[in-house]
Amino acid sequence: METKSKTQKKQRPTLPNIDSFTHVRGQSLFVDDMTLQEGTLHAAIIGSTIAHGYITQIDYAEAEKLAGVIKIFTANDIRGENQIGGIIPDEPLFAEKDIHFWGQPIGMIIAESDFIARKARSLVKIQYEELPVITTAKEAKDKGQFVAGSRTFQLGDCEQAFKNCEYIFEGETFSNGQEHLYLETQGAYAVPMENGNIKITSSTQGPTAVQRTAARVLGIPMHKIEVEVIRLGGGFGGKEDQATPWAVMAALATQVLNQPVKLVLNRHDDLHMTGKRHPYESSFKIGLNKELKIMAYQAEFLQNAGAAADLSPAIAERTLFHSTNAYFVPNVQTSVYQCKTNLPPNTAFRGFGGPQGMYVIESAIALAAREIGVPAHRIQEINLLQEGDEFSYGQIAKQVEAQNSWQKAKQSYQLQKLEEEVAAFNKQNDQLKKGLALMPIAFGISFTNTRMNHARALVHIYEDGSVGISTAAVEMGQGVNTKMLQIASEQFGLPLHKVKLEPTNTTRVANTSPSAASATADLNGKALQRACKVLKARLCLAASQHLNIDASDAEFHNEQVLIKDKPLSLDWYQLVTEALNQRICLSENSHYATPEIHFDKGEEKGHPFAYHVYGTAIITCTLDCIRGRYNIDAVQIVHDYGQSMNEGIDLGQVEGGLAQGIGWMTMEEIAYGADGRLHSNALSTYKVPDLFSTPDILDTIALDSLGHEMAIKKSKAVGEPPLMYGIGVYFAIQNAISAFNPKYTPQFNSPMTPEKALMSLYEK
Amino acid sequence: MITFLLNNELIETEQKAGMTLLDFVRYNRRKKGSKIGCREGDCGACTVLVGTLQQDGQVSYRSITSCISPLGNANGKHIVTIEGTNLDGKLSRAQQAMYDNYATQCGFCTPGFVVSLTGYCLRETIPTKEGILDAISGNICRCTGYKSIERAAEQLYQELLLPSSNGRQSHLIAKGFIPEYFATIPERLAKIKDNDAPRGKETPVAGGTDLYVRHADRLTEEAVSLFQAQHLGGITIKNGLCTIGAGVTATEFMEHPDMNLAFPNLRQHLLLLSSEPIRNMASLAGNFVNASPIGDMSIFFLALDAQLQIENKEGKQRVLPFRSFYKTYKVYDLQEGEFIRSFSFKLPTAAQHFNFEKVCKRQHLDIASVNSAALITLEDDRIADIHCALGGVAAIPLYLEKTCQFLKGSDISPKSIAAANDVLQSEISPISDVRGSADYKRLLARQLFFAHFLQHFPNQVSLSALTS
Repeated sequence: METKSKTQKKQRPTLPNIDSFTHVRGQSLFVDDMTLQEGTLHAAIIGSTIAHGYITQIDYAEAEKLAGVIKIFTANDIRGENQIGGIIPDEPLFAEKDIHFWGQPIGMIIAESDFIARKARSLVKIQYEELPVITTAKEAKDKGQFVAGSRTFQLGDCEQAFKNCEYIFEGETFSNGQEHLYLETQGAYAVPMENGNIKITSSTQGPTAVQRTAARVLGIPMHKIEVEVIRLGGGFGGKEDQATPWAVMAALATQVLNQPVKLVLNRHDDLHMTGKRHPYESSFKIGLNKELKIMAYQAEFLQNAGAAADLSPAIAERTLFHSTNAYFVPNVQTSVYQCKTNLPPNTAFRGFGGPQGMYVIESAIALAAREIGVPAHRIQEINLLQEGDEFSYGQIAKQVEAQNSWQKAKQSYQLQKLEEEVAAFNKQNDQLKKGLALMPIAFGISFTNTRMNHARALVHIYEDGSVGISTAAVEMGQGVNTKMLQIASEQFGLPLHKVKLEPTNTTRVANTSPSAASATADLNGKALQRACKVLKARLCLAASQHLNIDASDAEFHNEQVLIKDKPLSLDWYQLVTEALNQRICLSENSHYATPEIHFDKGEEKGHPFAYHVYGTAIITCTLDCIRGRYNIDAVQIVHDYGQSMNEGIDLGQVEGGLAQGIGWMTMEEIAYGADGRLHSNALSTYKVPDLFSTPDILDTIALDSLGHEMAIKKSKAVGEPPLMYGIGVYFAIQNAISAFNPKYTPQFNSPMTPEKALMSLYEK
Repeated sequence: MITFLLNNELIETEQKAGMTLLDFVRYNRRKKGSKIGCREGDCGACTVLVGTLQQDGQVSYRSITSCISPLGNANGKHIVTIEGTNLDGKLSRAQQAMYDNYATQCGFCTPGFVVSLTGYCLRETIPTKEGILDAISGNICRCTGYKSIERAAEQLYQELLLPSSNGRQSHLIAKGFIPEYFATIPERLAKIKDNDAPRGKETPVAGGTDLYVRHADRLTEEAVSLFQAQHLGGITIKNGLCTIGAGVTATEFMEHPDMNLAFPNLRQHLLLLSSEPIRNMASLAGNFVNASPIGDMSIFFLALDAQLQIENKEGKQRVLPFRSFYKTYKVYDLQEGEFIRSFSFKLPTAAQHFNFEKVCKRQHLDIASVNSAALITLEDDRIADIHCALGGVAAIPLYLEKTCQFLKGSDISPKSIAAANDVLQSEISPISDVRGSADYKRLLARQLFFAHFLQHFPNQVSLSALTS
């Protein structure tokens, strides 16, 4: 085994992740770790074992007879609406008769233990009449099956522009889905309160979505449902909408039985029953002029939405927003079809359709480069966005860092030298070949649905001077708790242990947007900043009153209150007491809504993003031409953090996002049978990157950029963008294959598994 | 009754031996730090340490995935969960290293990493960078991309290098690697009596690494008969003949000094087999009776032309060549009540060349698409004898009878090896499945077959000559 080179440390010492202390001691609480109340019951979900058809008969008799089984729930037990569709109401909680995907929930067994519930489930007998199954987007499109209408973005005039192009290339691509594989499976714990109220602890990115849907299904007002989220054992988008059904089911059982109910999916159920990243089947046409400028780009994206809309319409939209990645193309026409198939409804996954869009234009550039006979990075570089360029959706690119990050990567990592080394290596070796590729990114930050870009923060200063903070932000590993704590502790000049982050709870912060779209820290952080400032102003007023001075610009530092760096006679704690003596409110709930953004879905034009995040990665890999195995030698990144407010946490997002991108492009292969059954249904058949599959060298340099006013503390959003650096790995391996086999015709069919690599190496 | 130490506590339980250790610690003892990620030993979130009292009075610690380990195997051991590594009010060295390096994100996999790292600190007297990374190779993290965890491992490795005074364990306690109570464990373990292992008609279980992946619920209810308690261990060598007990784990095989002499690349081969916790549990013979067509150890020992010693309930033994063991898919020559007691093989000599190859979707810790092993005996530059096996290309782990026959007496040249491949292709019948298409497996079978010769005879054959 090769010892992996150490990643160079680039971060300055910053605040450690505040959740880490309990994490490393095994004392952090996840849903399955909660102390259960007396009388808690357990659930197992009955899933369909066909992908499309009708239920003709169900026999629960034997299951019901099993000792310890309390009740078997079906759609008939629902008091409200049997409907969980978020954007479009097209998905029942429990199938009534029609089955649309393998694993679709039909019912739920409630028993005294999860062991009994699972055993009872195996005794349920269901008969079906099967209908033809559609698993590919293309087939769905041919048959006119869609979950929603198609969308088209247009800039300039493609048809006209193609007429003047020197080079025109057309091709097809496929990018497979991706399983989230959050280490903590979906789960919720519902507890009855008095008066028919229910408290749900859920592992969800969207507490309000759970609350809204539970109210709808249970047929009660939202205020009767309280949703709390302590933390998530990973989300990655998979718990944005799809944490909801399990929480609702637990709540339903609690409503009917008036007993606490815990529902935690086992891994097999989670894999079978939940949606994944959308597979895309796409086609493109790219036109370049003599100078290799991309003059026109057309693409048609067939999104495999699965059996219901879920978040597919929003994801489809983001595919179009990012279909030209970090390039300026004057004439663009891109369309997306949301194809309805018999797969579990596909859903949000880090990047949210953006990666699928970017993969296609990168494929188009790779094809053009090969056909013209130039390195792809020449075409990439020539076409990078410049200040003032227009995106196909009308937004004008500002504070563009595409060239800056590219040039910095080229220089810092000595691209030319790398290329020479690769060429020399390939000349000398016949069993191993190296490949190199670059991957620039430009990713828009904001929910593309403008109305979701808001958040609130509730701050209490308690009478002893300690502070409690509630926001809508859900901690799922991204470090948002730490960032929130940093903001409050800095605003109030308090040590960290005097500030506490409360679990996310719908009774403290209501009507929230999910923690998603990389925007959580921006939205909630800005709201929190406002709340702190309001409270500080009130405290200043109290100080002015008490000391009979003008303390309106007092500053808070080290538990002191300072005017022009000189401490007042009141410290923080005395001032809090004084403010309460003056009957001043020391709680504040502040609201923030992102300014400037708008988008017109009729025109498909507007300014949907607060800002963009940029960066460039250089990837080198080595391919074993005997075995078709590859090693990623190095990924060298220049990333635009803006002014990172916590480099330790932000670097973790870059490295973790990249690893998921590499997984998506290399080994993570979702396999459904023609019957719609998931074959990659366990960790033994669905492989995510392990310690050895990460790059030997992973360097990340922070681009020295100003950041953006709309980013919290000018520290740009960092959750999703780095995933897309991983796309470059596909092309690096492809270049290594070409170095071995001159007869290889590039296929744009990801992931590049060792199987595809080996078959390509020996393609004739 | 099952008796063992759980962290700093004596456990005497009447729970069934077939229950998983994970369920016991989480739900009976409410130690919630060990997480449930997959229940098939593939993610490491449930990793615990098993301490076994050695003859020298020391306790040797190994990591295992508690989700596929029967509670009964904990009998007489010291089981350490994440809670058992916690110090009062401060972090242990492994915990601090994770904390300092931002190596936790969502935190769900974290306890498993910390336990694996702590296990490494307890075990390794001569730490290496390779070794400490291998110790966490069975832990999957979906958030960090591992680099911050590598940095944490590097920090811990540096701390392990610091000179120790006194005994090793007191050094580890003094420097905050482990809590103080570890010093009392050897004495307390010695007091636990070796209970009689349950025997009889029950499902026989060795490490459980295969059975528990598929049948955990069933085994929880049924009585199991535990190999580990029956002392079917031991590696003995007599006149060049090596005999391995059915209970011998992959780790015991891999770390045996004589095995490493006989197979210079043994470590590399076995690293491909599985993660460290699985190697710590899985028995070699268990891999044989699992009868997977791509069982790595089956392929390995088919190429060594091993003999199986099979015993029935009456204690009567018979010997069977391993290559006649498999009949059809998952059907093999064991009668009701029979089990493999041990197996033996001749250790390779200097004139023999052994190689093992495995390719899967993920390079490490994955199930093979195709695997292969070969033992080549040379005399005067000709192949005097060859045993070659291929996995993933038939219903059973395949001994390449015809190909081997074809090559006997042959020279080693591109022409003859390529011709042997034609025979090989006629012997195999791969099918398309989640591990690859039939066409791919055929190509890969050829490539791995070639790889044996490219590995050992680079002067006689080259990749381009073989594939042109």
